[in-house]
Amino acid sequence: MPKRTDIHSIMIIGAGPIIIGQACEFDYSGTQACKALKEEGYRVILVNSNPATIMTDPGLADATYVEPITPEIVEKIIEKERPDAILPTMGGQTALNTALALAESGALDRHGVQLIGANREAIAKAEDRDQFRTAMLKIGLDMPASAVAHTLEEAWKVLEEVKLPCIIRPSFTLGGTGGGIAYNREEFEEIVTGGLDASPTTEVLVEESIVGWKEYEMEVIRDKADNCIIICSIENVDPMGVHTGDSITVAPALTLTDKEYQIMRNASIAVLREIGVETGGSNVQFAVNPENGRLIIIEMNPRVSRSSALASKATGFPIAKIAAKLAVGYTLDELDNDITGVTPASFEPTIDYVVTKIPRFTFEKFPGAEAKLGTAMKSVGEAMAIGRTFAESLQKALRSLETGLSGLNEQNFSGHGEQHVDKQRIQAILAQPTPERLLNIAQAFREGLTLEEIQTASKYEPWFLAQIESIVEMETAVRTGGIPTTKGGLLALKSMGFSDRRLADLADTREEHVLAARKKFGIEPVYKRIDTCAGEFPSQTPYMYSTYEGNEWDEAMCEAEPTDARKIVILGGGPNRIGQGIEFDYCCVHAAYALSEAGYETIMVNCNPETVSTDYDTSDRLYFEPLTVEDTLAIIRKEQSKGTLHGVIVQFGGQTPLKLAAGLEAAGVPILGTSPDAIDLAEDRERFQQLLHKLDLKQPENGIARSVSEAFDIAERIGYPVVVRPSYVLGGRGMEIVRDGDSLDRYMREAVIVSGDNPVLVDGYLQNAIEVDVDCLCDGKTVFVAGIMEHIEEAGIHSGDSACSLPPHTLPADIIDEIKRQTEALALALNVVGLMNVQFAVKGGVIYILEVNPRASRTVPFVAKSINYPIAKIAARVMAGESLASFNLEYRTLNHVTVKEAVFPFSRFPGVDVVLGPEMRSTGEVMGIDTNFGAAFLKSQIAAGVKLPTSGTVFVSVKDLDKEPIKDAVAKLIDLGFKVVSTGGTAKYLSDQGLAVTRVNKVMEGRPNIVDTMKNGDIALVFNTTEGAQALRDSYDIRHTALVMKTPYSTTVAGAYATVQAIEKIMTGTLEVKSLQSYS
Amino acid sequence: MSYANKDDAVDLNSNRTATAVLVLGDGTVFHGFGIGAVGETVGEVCFNTSMTGYQESLTDPSFAGQLITFTFPHIGNVGFNDEDIETTGIAAAGLIIRASITDPANWRAVGPLDDWLKSRGLIGIAGVDTRRLTHFIRKSGAPNGVIAHSKDGKFDIPALTEKAASWPGLEGMDLAKEVSCKEPYEWTETRWAMGSGYGEQTAPARHIVAVDYGVKRNILRCLAELGCRVTVVPATATFDDIMAFKPDGIFLANGPGDPAATGEYAVPVIQQCVDSSIPTFGICLGHQMLALAVGAKTKKMHQGHRGANQPVKDLTTGKVEITSQNHGFVVTRESLPDGVTETHKSLFDGVVEGLEIDGKPVFSVQYHPEASPGPQDSYYLFKRFIDLVDRKNA
Repeated sequence: MPKRTDIHSIMIIGAGPIIIGQACEFDYSGTQACKALKEEGYRVILVNSNPATIMTDPGLADATYVEPITPEIVEKIIEKERPDAILPTMGGQTALNTALALAESGALDRHGVQLIGANREAIAKAEDRDQFRTAMLKIGLDMPASAVAHTLEEAWKVLEEVKLPCIIRPSFTLGGTGGGIAYNREEFEEIVTGGLDASPTTEVLVEESIVGWKEYEMEVIRDKADNCIIICSIENVDPMGVHTGDSITVAPALTLTDKEYQIMRNASIAVLREIGVETGGSNVQFAVNPENGRLIIIEMNPRVSRSSALASKATGFPIAKIAAKLAVGYTLDELDNDITGVTPASFEPTIDYVVTKIPRFTFEKFPGAEAKLGTAMKSVGEAMAIGRTFAESLQKALRSLETGLSGLNEQNFSGHGEQHVDKQRIQAILAQPTPERLLNIAQAFREGLTLEEIQTASKYEPWFLAQIESIVEMETAVRTGGIPTTKGGLLALKSMGFSDRRLADLADTREEHVLAARKKFGIEPVYKRIDTCAGEFPSQTPYMYSTYEGNEWDEAMCEAEPTDARKIVILGGGPNRIGQGIEFDYCCVHAAYALSEAGYETIMVNCNPETVSTDYDTSDRLYFEPLTVEDTLAIIRKEQSKGTLHGVIVQFGGQTPLKLAAGLEAAGVPILGTSPDAIDLAEDRERFQQLLHKLDLKQPENGIARSVSEAFDIAERIGYPVVVRPSYVLGGRGMEIVRDGDSLDRYMREAVIVSGDNPVLVDGYLQNAIEVDVDCLCDGKTVFVAGIMEHIEEAGIHSGDSACSLPPHTLPADIIDEIKRQTEALALALNVVGLMNVQFAVKGGVIYILEVNPRASRTVPFVAKSINYPIAKIAARVMAGESLASFNLEYRTLNHVTVKEAVFPFSRFPGVDVVLGPEMRSTGEVMGIDTNFGAAFLKSQIAAGVKLPTSGTVFVSVKDLDKEPIKDAVAKLIDLGFKVVSTGGTAKYLSDQGLAVTRVNKVMEGRPNIVDTMKNGDIALVFNTTEGAQALRDSYDIRHTALVMKTPYSTTVAGAYATVQAIEKIMTGTLEVKSLQSYS
Repeated sequence: MSYANKDDAVDLNSNRTATAVLVLGDGTVFHGFGIGAVGETVGEVCFNTSMTGYQESLTDPSFAGQLITFTFPHIGNVGFNDEDIETTGIAAAGLIIRASITDPANWRAVGPLDDWLKSRGLIGIAGVDTRRLTHFIRKSGAPNGVIAHSKDGKFDIPALTEKAASWPGLEGMDLAKEVSCKEPYEWTETRWAMGSGYGEQTAPARHIVAVDYGVKRNILRCLAELGCRVTVVPATATFDDIMAFKPDGIFLANGPGDPAATGEYAVPVIQQCVDSSIPTFGICLGHQMLALAVGAKTKKMHQGHRGANQPVKDLTTGKVEITSQNHGFVVTRESLPDGVTETHKSLFDGVVEGLEIDGKPVFSVQYHPEASPGPQDSYYLFKRFIDLVDRKNA
């Protein structure tokens, strides 16, 4: 069947901001879909509010709408663009839910738009628990005993059948938000209540607990002719009970016989047919009872998912691209497999290696949240690694995580002063699903527990435990015998995935010593290709992973085949985390595109399966490898063996590659762009201070403390409040504002380990200053200031968590000019070649420099989209040697305003305070674009999921310092018809100013209090600013209730003002939608 | 590798011994560690890309005379059991794997794969860069080789090379005779199901005679499952021997070796079957010899098709099925005479994968609809055969 000619234009809905459960994988899928459909000649209309994506680059779609993904806004775009069809399967749950809402409201019928890939019935059948269950039972598949409840009373009734322990799953929520496992009646009531609340349809599924069973996923593709193929099977190392996104997983399934595998295969295909997924990729999840093989179906997603991204990277089969082509009518046998170039897409990939994925968590950013895993996803990213054996891929994955692990690093079970920890305690620890469980299991082997004891506690499949045990045995051999003196011994270790660093630690020696031993024996990794076919056909595509192959007698085969081209290596950003996410992948992808256009061979190194950078067609060559000095240097040496290595780009992937720069430079590897020394100059406080002094630029008073007493000396010299933080961190890790000696004392004792090598930075805190972010390009001779962004929240809130406006919405022209001048001076003084980001604070007309980073920043994609210059691409070419002048960049006056807003994962971390501070906690961002600030800000709020009210009661409670500043915002709301309630101090102040305010009780002041009022749904908007530990504790309930009730809130005065402007905008006019391409 | 030994402390400072070698006819040597039985085994070195079902593959009689290189590095994860067996007779001659055999992990496992290899006298080698070997086969075609396994690690490489080089190879080799049953027998076991295992056919509605050129049990199970009484007869059975059982249908089984060699005695019998207009279904070697019987030709392939991911297009419906395959010979398209229609073709390399005789209830496929191991997409072919039988009987 050829492609459809009855449709000409197709709308693709993206996934919006990066949130837990919906990350870069949907940039990967959306980008592939855009490319695939454009290639087929369709007009592609894209909607996505996330500016940090590759798919929203203006060249990818014909019309790109960076607009909020809500049914109302998307309908407006439909009215304007009149697409023939919508492809809703590329943008995760967001796209699916939006498409379903448009179908149900009749909007699609009204505008004559059809859904392709998955239709309304199929989506509903897969997503609605009741319908899904009925469908599965109909085709003879087993499901856990369960029933749906819409009220707590119904849930109690269901429990009579299902029995405890049971799992509660709310319908239509992301990553299982609001669900959990209940072991007793109290927990049951708590989780059901939360789950009903989290579900947009007030519906939960209460089901038989199959915790501890084996868990599997199958990635299936189906075409219009009903051809079905399995792309990949995935086995979870963590048994049932941990969300699959939070589980360590391997591909392919390793512990199934063919008979069981085929049952699962048949069942997966039957599910797609029954649900009615006409074309495209789906993911089907199973649980298997390890005692008897009983197979149970858990769920299916009728769309491309995180697992599809993993399966694509694990096998080399581009699921999203193929799914997009199937959606327009092709059949699998009509499509080519690009990897082999000689086979069609209609076969099942087979692999000859093992893939391991390990999720990355950031519980440390959310004090108050328990670091426990369950059915709601908590991880913010993942690393994937490939090896010829499970052990090799596991240990590579561990070091890919960049959490300081070099392998199965030791864990400490004992508390203070304990010599010995008893078995029961260790088993109790192993029974807990936590992010450290794998490491705890390895430690348990070290402590002498048997495989059986560990299995009983952890429910891990014994096969995986035996593998971990053998890694631990090898560790013991190295601890006692040192670095092997035989080639066979060292090779055996390396082929089990041991890093040089881990071996050095185990043998109590230096990494260089291990490297020397390897050199002596000639032990080097070889590179094998990911070819979808286990070597049956020659591979045309250099998509590679390293392995220590062969033995002391035979040579191993290396398939790297470096070319004689002039080449550039781009080091990626590794797993997503808070503070380092999709923005940096965007930059790396742009570097690959730009340098390829400039005629270089581009070589990407990265280990994040969710990204566009790890697509085999983004760069000329792709190495899916951990980002460590050992692993990257091996690749660079291999590439240097032929052709010319022009250099390595380390400034685009965030802190990850930067940390490798010194090691690579020391090994004589050419680093492109700004020198590592200049980067160090910007990060080294003392050197940087001298530079600022020379340039006559200001900085908040500051000092470097190498001991606790030094910290006190500095703080007293500067005067409180001060900002304190450890040096060399990204995303404000460990950063705090302290306001008195007691807080400083607590910080120095509890939050950091200060030493000569790990100093703590102490900066004066500029109260109520305006923060400004600037991104610029420089080639060492000229500077182009690409974007000046005024933060909406005041200085002190981490820049990644602040909303900001481009151009600045309140700063006067002379200040802007001066910021530009200072930026230019800094870039030239640092001899920046490439990108640089500067953070300024403006207070009382004085400009202070907070931070300079001579590298790509988080705001680069936002700026690029705002000013319509591909600044990351230009930077890459400048770094490769072209002059900035040759790009003819000019300062253009924008006829529009863009606002970036951050998106937070607080609802996933119950117990965490939502007050913003200097530590970054947002997972993603959205952009609002319009002709004026109010509308752009409003769009950013809608896109971020905030539903601003146009009437009702506002609760205002602000700290003393903010009482005067907030007055006008409150007055405006009263003008707009809102009622205002406040607690004591604020109420008094506002009343004294002649504003009509009703006083309510604080939580401590007796019932009914403000929290009662909020819980009753009587508060539409909350302005709450607080400081000081006690006040924060007292007002915690207010913010927590706002979060639970989904009441919009602002915890800053500036945020409150912007909110008022946005509300005014809603009340005075309707929002217009416009494509990026039509802004000039 | 051989260092990770549970019972002894690991000593990485002493040299290990290569306890096995794979020696090819051209003198290429791969070193590794012996698995299974001790001794030497000779055969054609092929590779199999299936990620599951090693026990079924190793007991597939079509692999007789072959040393299987498993491209998936971990083989033995699910140990062995007494159910996943395709024959208790002769099958694969040896195996070559990448990683050492682990302890089994599966609720059905009876013991470690290594124990089972030993009990069957199967010789293998682990620790080989199987991907390098696979590339070698892809480039140079399937070579003949010897796996030698000896505890002391002492090997006479020139002698082993000579042994490999002088092995006559599969071309012209009639292996069916060796793996076939010697006497007719009845088969009643049906397909495996989760929870109940294999079933039993107690009320068959039709009678099929299966000619055993090396039949996989799962073919017989599929026939029994669909209501057939199955009588298995030796490869050398004459047409009269077959007709003595008054069959409603005739099945021509899979098997090892060169179809032309086995065809010398089997083809005349098959020609009589075709002439008789009794519904006839052939698989693999049976398919190849059916083609020979109607005047087509077969040839040895460069590297063969062995795996569980092979795409085949049903030319009559346009549908793609993912098939289990294991063949080193193929029917050449240009030799297909008039009156024979190609029904299936490989989407990998376009070779003929199925045919039917015009105007006769006779058809065959090159691949394995009985799966085991592999996908079960093609089970419909058995139903198609039964339909032909029933239509004839009606």
